[in-house]
Amino acid sequence: MIQLTIDGKKVSVEPGQTVLDAAREGNIPIPTLCSHESLIPYGACRLCIVEVRHRNKTRLLASCTLPAAEGMEVTTNSEKVIRTRRMLAELLLARCPESKAIRNIAAQLGVEKTRFGKPHLKDNSAIVGTDGCILCGMCVRVCNDILKIGALGFEGRGASRRVVTPFEKPSEVCLSCGACSFVCPTGAIEHHRIRLHKPEPIPAEFEYGMVNRKPINIPFPQAVPRVPVIDPDTCMNFRTGGCKICEDNCGVHAIDHAQQEKIEQVEVGAIIVATGFELFDSRKLGRYGYGKLDNVLHALEFERMSHASGPTGGKILTKNGQPPKAVAILHCIGSRDENTNEYCSRVCCMYSLKFAHLVKEKTNAEVYNLYIDMRAFGKGYEEFYKRILGEGVHFIRGKCAEVTSAARTPEEKGKLIVVAEDTLLGMTRRLPVDMVILSAGLIPGKDSDKLGRILGISCSQGGFFLEKHPKLAPVDAINDGIFFAGACQGPKDIPDAVAQGAAAAAGALSLIDKGKVVLEPITAEIDEKRCAGCQLCVANCPYGAIEYNKEKKISIVTEELCKGCGTCVAGCPSGAARQKNFEDVQILAEIEGILTAS
Amino acid sequence: MVDQQFEPKIVGFLCRWCSYTGADLAGTSRMQYPPNLAAIRVMCSGRVDPTFVVKALQDGADGVLIAGCHPGDCHYSEGNYKAMRRYPMLLNLLDQFGIDRRRVRLEWISASEGEMFARVVSEFTQQLKTLGPLRWPHTIEQFCSPA
Repeated sequence: MIQLTIDGKKVSVEPGQTVLDAAREGNIPIPTLCSHESLIPYGACRLCIVEVRHRNKTRLLASCTLPAAEGMEVTTNSEKVIRTRRMLAELLLARCPESKAIRNIAAQLGVEKTRFGKPHLKDNSAIVGTDGCILCGMCVRVCNDILKIGALGFEGRGASRRVVTPFEKPSEVCLSCGACSFVCPTGAIEHHRIRLHKPEPIPAEFEYGMVNRKPINIPFPQAVPRVPVIDPDTCMNFRTGGCKICEDNCGVHAIDHAQQEKIEQVEVGAIIVATGFELFDSRKLGRYGYGKLDNVLHALEFERMSHASGPTGGKILTKNGQPPKAVAILHCIGSRDENTNEYCSRVCCMYSLKFAHLVKEKTNAEVYNLYIDMRAFGKGYEEFYKRILGEGVHFIRGKCAEVTSAARTPEEKGKLIVVAEDTLLGMTRRLPVDMVILSAGLIPGKDSDKLGRILGISCSQGGFFLEKHPKLAPVDAINDGIFFAGACQGPKDIPDAVAQGAAAAAGALSLIDKGKVVLEPITAEIDEKRCAGCQLCVANCPYGAIEYNKEKKISIVTEELCKGCGTCVAGCPSGAARQKNFEDVQILAEIEGILTAS
Repeated sequence: MVDQQFEPKIVGFLCRWCSYTGADLAGTSRMQYPPNLAAIRVMCSGRVDPTFVVKALQDGADGVLIAGCHPGDCHYSEGNYKAMRRYPMLLNLLDQFGIDRRRVRLEWISASEGEMFARVVSEFTQQLKTLGPLRWPHTIEQFCSPA
């Protein structure tokens, strides 16, 4: 550690740090325009000058480029320092009289007016929009040194020196990251003059694109573990190899851009499949206007909107920022429909009732529920349905035909019109509303067939994983040691998923507790006396469980590897291969038995 | 001519993981299909030795169904591919015996396809009714003068 004195205060810093760092460590203010923790000190603005005593002499030096030395005596507020800083501020003010940032910092130093006239500078309005550039080069340095892009550079000398892009044209290499305008101390950089490509906002996945996110972000408020992640597709480090500004900013050095995805192999005795569901894509049913009309939301979008941590802070608002006066909730989107999914998704009726309640409570809007059948099947669910009926929510029995913005009457103008047949009234209705919520059904995860193939479990007709028995083994897969929890096995609500999850955990634990797995005694064996050594069985075995013994000139089954399919037995020309409990004689006897009995 | 009085006997070799479970599902789902098929459970369609089929036909079956997992879905990775390759050879053998090759069927029925199992059995039974009884020739005289 290096000890030095600043304004009579003892400060200790690590070797290699500057006097400016030391002053910050000791909470001693030094004005500066051109320093940034990620950039190498450059000493451009000179406002950070301090007086340094060396033996009997004192010198004025820029503290940002001055390495701290043992026993150094520094003064930051002597008359000489303040006088010089004021002169510097006047000169900066003369160069950039319009700049708000310069005027502010000059005012802090007690400078309101400059005695000097504006110097004759080369015009640079193509790149630096307003006059405010003090040639500190932070934009150039951040673009070249930190982000490794190099879209900006200095040009000219003396009074004609300026920051430009090549040929003063919008830069092709600029990745529109905005770092230059972010670091510019005077706000002189107008980013749209530099870039050729418009920056594309990154929609936040968890909020269904209703708000944008940064490349480094905490994916959602309840994330476990609650730590930020870096999106490699949009992070500048992954695109250019530079930046890493977040690494400099992180106080505990927790960010590591060199981390790679790893595939880890874990040996386990039981597997619980809990891959969940996906929401039906409402775009597939174009007649409801999802993705085409504003204020048509799917269920999870509305769920985020009504949530206190959501993009609107829990307020239910239409696109124009107003609370809706009428809301329609359309049931059975992508379920109970022969054109999409025939099955009932089970949860939609109840969450639609919850939505109706939330809309009523938060906005007091008119709520219309368009349903086929109300399925309030669980404990307390019917009671909730009755409560919602009592809250004055309209229930219209009939499926929505279309959602349109084409108004026929003046009161329909500017509204979404929900067209539906009311099967209880026996007439077609047109409901003008401000917001439409699509109660979309549940579909299997998009990779569930791939996962099923890996685990050797099959899918039932809707594409959800198939249980061993619909009534007697609804948690087990057909393969021993694999259990299901939640919506991957079929649409289910939270209490059902919790119950199945607990059952799956108990099933897995009972296997772990035993500590051993009982194999089925149906492995193959080869009769040494009969085997002719043709090796057909070796080629037949999908597991490499059969090896040819060159000394004995026969094939031998490794019992631990054999899974007992019996393909080798069917292919054996000499009848030497046998499958325990599925012997040829047994099967032939079965055939005889079947055919003589009938 | 379909002889509605004639009830064909069908022996079904069903793989334990897909088709047997599919048949089970057809049962638990209370699906209706003809009772003509008697199932023999094998671990894999690859276990079905062609001699089993010949033996079944010889012993009085009018048709044989071999059913396994869909290609790519085999519980034993590739057992059903072995069955798939043996099947054409078996058909050639049937031709030489003078047996209509429509009497032996290979089908892929997954564990969730109870409905398909019921449909296959119904179709196959109907087809065998059209073909009539097999009348396997047990003596050389019978073989030389088929009925």
